Amino acid sequence: MLEQNLAALPIILPLIAAPIIIILGRSSLAWAFATFVSGLACLVAWELLASVLSNGVLSYAVGGWSAPWGIELRIDAANAFVLLVVASVSTLVLIYSKQSIEKEIDPSRHTLFYTAHLLCLAGLSGILITGDAFNLFVFLEISSLATYTLVSLASDRRCLTAAFRYLVMGTIGATFILIGVGMLYMKTGTLNMLDLAQRIHLYDSSRTINTGLAFIMVGVSIKLALFPLHMWLPPAYTHAPSAVSAFLASTATKVAVYVMIRFIFTIFGADHVFNEMSMGAILMVLAVVAVFKGSYMAAVQSNVKSVLAHSSVAQIGYMILGVSLFSAAGLMAGLIHIFNHALMKGALFMAVGAVFYRMGSVDIKAFRGLGKQMPFTMAAFTIAGLSIIGVPLTVGFVSKWYLVVAALEQNHWIIAALVLAGSLLAVVYIGRILEAAYFNEPEEGQKTVKEVSWLMLAPMWILVLANIYFGVDTSLTTDAAQRASEMLFQNSQEINALMESLHGTEVSVAQEVSP
Amino acid sequence: MAEFIDLVLLAMLAITALRVIFLKDLFAVVMLFGIYSFLSALIFVSLDAVDVAFTEASVGAGISTVLMLGTLALTGRKEKKNENASILPLLVVGVTGAALIYGTLDMPPFGHPDNPIHEHVAPRYIEESPKEVGLPNMVTSVLASYRGFDTLGETVVVFSAMIGVLALLGVVRREESAPESGLQSHRVLHVVAKLIIPLIILFALYVQFHGDFGPGGGFQAGVIAAAAFILYALVFGLPMAFAVVEPKFLEKMAAFGVLLYASVGVYSMLKGGHFLDYNQLAADPVAGQHYGIIIIELGVGITVFAVMLSIFYAFGSQAERSNVQ
Amino acid sequence: MNFIFDYYNYWIVVFLMMAGFYIVISAGNLVKKVVGLSIFQTSVFMLYISMGKVSGGTAPIVAEGVTQYSNPLPHVLILTAIVVGVATTAVGLSLIVRIKRAYGTVEENEFEDKDDAI
Repeated sequence: MLEQNLAALPIILPLIAAPIIIILGRSSLAWAFATFVSGLACLVAWELLASVLSNGVLSYAVGGWSAPWGIELRIDAANAFVLLVVASVSTLVLIYSKQSIEKEIDPSRHTLFYTAHLLCLAGLSGILITGDAFNLFVFLEISSLATYTLVSLASDRRCLTAAFRYLVMGTIGATFILIGVGMLYMKTGTLNMLDLAQRIHLYDSSRTINTGLAFIMVGVSIKLALFPLHMWLPPAYTHAPSAVSAFLASTATKVAVYVMIRFIFTIFGADHVFNEMSMGAILMVLAVVAVFKGSYMAAVQSNVKSVLAHSSVAQIGYMILGVSLFSAAGLMAGLIHIFNHALMKGALFMAVGAVFYRMGSVDIKAFRGLGKQMPFTMAAFTIAGLSIIGVPLTVGFVSKWYLVVAALEQNHWIIAALVLAGSLLAVVYIGRILEAAYFNEPEEGQKTVKEVSWLMLAPMWILVLANIYFGVDTSLTTDAAQRASEMLFQNSQEINALMESLHGTEVSVAQEVSP
Repeated sequence: MAEFIDLVLLAMLAITALRVIFLKDLFAVVMLFGIYSFLSALIFVSLDAVDVAFTEASVGAGISTVLMLGTLALTGRKEKKNENASILPLLVVGVTGAALIYGTLDMPPFGHPDNPIHEHVAPRYIEESPKEVGLPNMVTSVLASYRGFDTLGETVVVFSAMIGVLALLGVVRREESAPESGLQSHRVLHVVAKLIIPLIILFALYVQFHGDFGPGGGFQAGVIAAAAFILYALVFGLPMAFAVVEPKFLEKMAAFGVLLYASVGVYSMLKGGHFLDYNQLAADPVAGQHYGIIIIELGVGITVFAVMLSIFYAFGSQAERSNVQ
Repeated sequence: MNFIFDYYNYWIVVFLMMAGFYIVISAGNLVKKVVGLSIFQTSVFMLYISMGKVSGGTAPIVAEGVTQYSNPLPHVLILTAIVVGVATTAVGLSLIVRIKRAYGTVEENEFEDKDDAI
């Protein structure tokens, strides 16, 4: 029974666990149970990735009804890869949260925190593995509502306005996606992703379909915080509880990047999107601006969480840059960065959260002298920070390397240069914090603090060590990313072949294609 | 004739929407929103979407308006004048609107029976669902069976909303029995409410179980049942309502509803099928479909009832705390 | 003329969507923003339901003597979307109540410690 239903488990496990926590009631039990379930989900994700890499695409008909009449879950190398990232970061963050939220969230809300976290995990997993466009919208809303709740749990009142702005922008994005899916449905009659891929090109460049594509792209861009629609992200990540920032920065936007990739490559076909709609150029320009705007803003902030938040905008720019290159190498670079950025940002936010736990502040002044007082935390911050810069032997270097190589492959010399310039800016914003920690003395009257306990250090260091491990031995991640990228391009080739076979035929009204 | 009704309703909607843009009195804005929601329910009826009209009327015109009014009671009813009105929103809206109009230019024409969506996927729902699932209401068949996973997701969305509202507001309990906040002097209301509330609950149960045969189902029933209790709370006071239905109990009830739904799915898996495969629930697949649908609709109804009432409790008890007129 | 008949429904719905969207992005008062959001979403629902209508058809409930039914699938989708919409509205309004308590105002341009500049 387990084997047969493995595909549905990543969603079912957290989905059932969330209401159970409400029924159990007590928060100490809640933490243990949530972490346990998240760990199970992580194991399932691992199993699924292994299965997909050896056996190919996994398809699961929910309710026993086959697609397109029922909802299909469809797991391939791309989403299994991202699912693993989401589930593992979720588990590590949950272990870390137990202590972290003591200082950041009101005790009466702890149970609700764990419930919301599991709901978010269920939503994100659902977005990743569903094969139905409308089902994607439903899970998107589950994860979004849980996210707004999580962000608003902090004690600082600015988290409320941040959460509200996030809610308004996020809902506009989701509604745009709904409009886009509606337009696609109107022309094709189906909601299943593969079926859409087959039927979208029955028409020769339909205006409705293209408008639908545009709306979906804009909606997803809001969700993944692509410049200029990124305005919700800095306040939300800065003022949310540290555990929440660590989780969201590593997962929520990455899942949105996956959605964009899925729509571009598997549903519409890369050729259509990049050649006919010139999205490649638009995405590339926006991505580059994101990198520079994000890095620049990061360099001028005094609140360290704000530095990391703006840095995330820049990193997302790198991912989209990879996608916009319209090559297997570029896509692979983007996918690798999804994995690597989760390792880097997760560790960084956890480190900052530990500083807040001890110091009560995340202003850069609070970091002074911490190199001596909290050596493990700051060492973690240092390594993860070097990773963001792109120093060799860290995963950040791997991402930048593949991105530059992919850019050069396409003779985009300028792009390659810009990527390296972005790294220089990263030196500035990371460097300021390291300078404060190691080369500055603590302020007058600043309390001396100890290191945080292992419950917070362990997950942090697991991520840091993963940073180094996957930076040295890149075989696992590059292999998975390469397979995913190739498979996505293959999806596009299939759509091209379909278009070629149809281009000769007269297309006036859709002919019934066998279900 | 139908097109004429359509056109009139759409025109009224447009006027309402325009008026909302320029009004500064938020109470009027919320009322206009309720009207907007109600008019759209009428349009849904005219477009043959009876289940949707039912849900929009109860959820949109009902719950949304109540919550907005509850918020206004706490935040004030006047909007401040906007000093620096800029042209940017108008530009953005203009571009978006233009893109949408561009997109409509080769849409399948309105109402034509040979549009793509009527040729693919839908024919099976219309022709086979009465036999495969055995229900006259095709919308219920699709909602509860073919796309039951979506509906589970929707139930979880409702549950998430409760988690969000509880995390943000919480339900404020008073130790001593608070000064009676019910409408003490309105004897007529007391009597009439006592007469009507049981009828509303009866109607809710009818809608819940009759959803297989006519418009209705878990969502609408849950909202109507919640409305009965909200009426009770408004007339007799929140402390009395808390005594009848405890807020903590509602939380667990909502969780229970979601679990009920999910457990049907898990049970199907244990019986050898896929998640939410109702065919496995009984020897005869169609009977299995019926069992599955009744139970999950019950789960939906329970969760929606508990969540809507919970959210009302949360909003309502805030007003008591800050003692606003 | 026929062209207008075929499409007037969609155009008016687009207008309604844009009215709602305008309210969301231009209103300074947070409650009005949420109202605009709801209007925007409700108009999108009308778009979906319009596409499901079949002229001469009737509600998709099996009945004696009826041969043509309107399409049930958009109805199912919108039932879900309506509930999702009200869930978002509820959470949004709760945020507004908390913001009022914390800041004393719900007008966007009155928040003093406006967050990091973009």
